[in-house]
Amino acid sequence: MADITKEQVKHVANLARLAITEEEAEMFQGQLNSIISFAEQLNELDTEGVEPTTHVLDLKNVLRKDEPKEWITQEEALKNAPDKKDGHYRVPSILE
Amino acid sequence: MSLFDYTIKELEEKIHNKEVTVEDLVDTSYKRIKEVDGQVHAFLTLNEESAREEAKKLDAAADQTASLFGMPAGIKDNIVTKALRTTCASQFLDNFDDPLYNATVVDKLASQQAVTIGKLNMDEFAMGSSNENSSYTPTRNPWNTDYVPGGSSGGSAASVAAGEVLFSLGSDTGGSIRQPAAFCGVVGLKPTYGRVSRFGLVAFASSLDQIGPITRNVEDNARVLEVIAGIDPMDSTSANVDVPKYTEALTGDVKGLKIAVPKEYLAEGVAPEVKESVLQALKVYESLGATWEEVSLPHSKYAVATYYLLSSSEASANLARFDGVRYGVRSENADNMIDMFKKSRSEGFGEEVKRRIMLGTFALSSGYYDAYYKKAQKVRTLIKNDFDKIFEDYDVVIGPTTPTPAFKVGEKIDDPLTMYANDILTIPVNLAGVPGISLPCGFSEEGLPFGLQIIGKHFDESTVYRAAHAYEQATDHHKKRPQLGGAN
Repeated sequence: MADITKEQVKHVANLARLAITEEEAEMFQGQLNSIISFAEQLNELDTEGVEPTTHVLDLKNVLRKDEPKEWITQEEALKNAPDKKDGHYRVPSILE
Repeated sequence: MSLFDYTIKELEEKIHNKEVTVEDLVDTSYKRIKEVDGQVHAFLTLNEESAREEAKKLDAAADQTASLFGMPAGIKDNIVTKALRTTCASQFLDNFDDPLYNATVVDKLASQQAVTIGKLNMDEFAMGSSNENSSYTPTRNPWNTDYVPGGSSGGSAASVAAGEVLFSLGSDTGGSIRQPAAFCGVVGLKPTYGRVSRFGLVAFASSLDQIGPITRNVEDNARVLEVIAGIDPMDSTSANVDVPKYTEALTGDVKGLKIAVPKEYLAEGVAPEVKESVLQALKVYESLGATWEEVSLPHSKYAVATYYLLSSSEASANLARFDGVRYGVRSENADNMIDMFKKSRSEGFGEEVKRRIMLGTFALSSGYYDAYYKKAQKVRTLIKNDFDKIFEDYDVVIGPTTPTPAFKVGEKIDDPLTMYANDILTIPVNLAGVPGISLPCGFSEEGLPFGLQIIGKHFDESTVYRAAHAYEQATDHHKKRPQLGGAN
């Protein structure tokens, strides 16, 4: 049985940049515990010496020449931004 | 009878004989949408003005030989369309009205002169099996609107089943094309990983995601895949493997085809009527000269746990890009930048998306990475090896697409694990990276469709299509249409 504490849930939420309420922390605690407990069935399998699969195809590094191509303009890149100024994205203060 | 009861090939002939115009086809789409989409809710955004203009242009064109000339298509809303709103059915992207480019598949459809009718509803960011996770009104099943259409490509499957478009594109990470295709009684293919470019598909789990066609019949499906498949310099995971003429594989001949039927796919948990429909299908194959044997995919039962660890981990990384800076809706209640990230993400993402980000972040976090993420990657190898071994001796693997037909709206939404278990027969296919199709193979007592799943070797969609087509031609399940309001 997994034993994820509410403190851990809050820590994970912070890593994931999610603001969660006390109630959500409790809900996620219950749900993550049951999903992780379910996932612990994988421990029934002996995977000693088994290579992990990150990718099903036998891909090697795919390289291309570093040549500039036409893509989007600065103006286009900013078009969907919620806030912008003088050709830049604008965000709230970084320093507190 | 609707024009969409014809195949692409038949419509092509009608266009060439001047019996039908592209304007007629596009009009058929929008009329039907106006008639039934208030019940089905398959569409999030319509492209009506541009589509009608495009139709006029095509009707006036001298060359009308493109392979999807004038065919009305719906696009799942996680596939980016230039200047056409793309939301992934998320509040977070509610204002993403002006995407800067087309996904490669959208450009490819356009190059063969298909007409984009609109963008299709889905589970938010493709996370879900019922469409109930859409931030907008969830799509309903055209066969019975009390039931879910499946997911996450629920809008893609329902729009084709309801006759709103001739074909659609969906995406499949753990069954998201095949499961809704099964629930809605249409044909949906998840290609081999790397067969179709993912450029412009909003990433959920990059090692599993594939785009594929949803159609009313196998021939149309093969025809659409011919257009969208192939290597793309914009997607380094797209494979440099020749694209065969899939439609030429549809010979109707399956004599000597060797079929493997995994006992795990007909085990406890699979509804008796679903099992029966698959056994009936196997009899059809026998009568056509194919043979089948029971085999085992021993690691199948570990697929759901493996999938949720891996796909959620990848999702937690992929969805980090939604931060309220470059696009999307920004929270107005933040005092500093970190707070802005957190509040925008918390207000923008729905509950299931947050749950998966939390699970994935946990599985990747320090101290747990080896125990969960890496362990799951190793089990993925075992699952892939199961398929490799079977394909040494057999041409295709056949089983049901889902353990049950569509379930009722609200029935499974409160229990994530019950919802996840629904994908037990489709998930292994994504983990192994092989192609799989779902096509109609019968109906429940309530009149809801079942799907037959045919799985093939890497890059052997041709054999999958050949097997699917032979069965389809020998049966008439694909000719039935849901009885929604209005003429069908």
